[in-house]
Amino acid sequence: MKGSLVIVAFFIAGIVIGVLHLLPEASGIGNVSYVTLCALIFLVGFMIGNDANIFKKFRRLNRLYMLLPIMTIVGTLAGCSIATLMLPHRSLSECLAVGSGMGYYSLSSVLITQSKGAALGTVALLANIVREVITLLGAPLMVKWFGPLSPISVGGATTMDTTLPIITSTCGKDFVIVSIFHGFIVDFSVPLLVTTFCEL
Amino acid sequence: MLQIILIMAAGIAAGWLLRRRTFKWLDTLLTVLVWALLFFLGVEAGLNPSVIAGLKELGVEALLLGIAGIAGSIVAAWALWRVIKRKEGGDQ
Repeated sequence: MKGSLVIVAFFIAGIVIGVLHLLPEASGIGNVSYVTLCALIFLVGFMIGNDANIFKKFRRLNRLYMLLPIMTIVGTLAGCSIATLMLPHRSLSECLAVGSGMGYYSLSSVLITQSKGAALGTVALLANIVREVITLLGAPLMVKWFGPLSPISVGGATTMDTTLPIITSTCGKDFVIVSIFHGFIVDFSVPLLVTTFCEL
Repeated sequence: MLQIILIMAAGIAAGWLLRRRTFKWLDTLLTVLVWALLFFLGVEAGLNPSVIAGLKELGVEALLLGIAGIAGSIVAAWALWRVIKRKEGGDQ
């Protein structure tokens, strides 16, 4: 709980400073966050390489973990199908297209804007940002309540880059490999699923 | 994405080369960098006019679909975790 609160506090402080334009040279902030992310990815890699047992652990990894990307996709599509019932002006395929972004907001919003228009594209952008942000902010709580696979699944396509550091620090080093594998598979399924549902 | 993979590979190589040494402060560094990342992502979101403007108009719909996807994947991941725990518990 405390972990999540600290993370939320940092995020909200950032939003307030961004909205009020309190940082000089704030236009380059995208680069700053990208460099921070790169530093984090390097650090996670370093921790993998520095752990002599991690490759042994990888070989002993239960084969069932390989099902996690499928669980993520099936769970997401099931959840969005239920949400369609509350959005009468949207078709099932439109809601599934938005959901199929699985946190990959840049790609999914561009693809959806092209084939379904800017309004649904913006919905896709925001819905998938929500997904990434909830993973980053809620990971400690999710691990506690639903087990270490839940933040990986919620992270969707982002679990091999943006959300990998938080997953490493909350789920533990043992789940780094699961997270990278999951992110890799889901990442590649996003363009496939989004374009499929846009064409239906 | 290629860049991310290369950076991670560089990290793994560096960590492997220094595998005889242990670094106890890595977890602390990881935590602090995660805070910094969240702060900068917040600034980025706050500066993006289309995100802030879109929040009012299409925000409810986006929030509903976002949360629906999150809830669905939590249920699926939790089910898989229970199966794995039961199997691993049975093996030992």
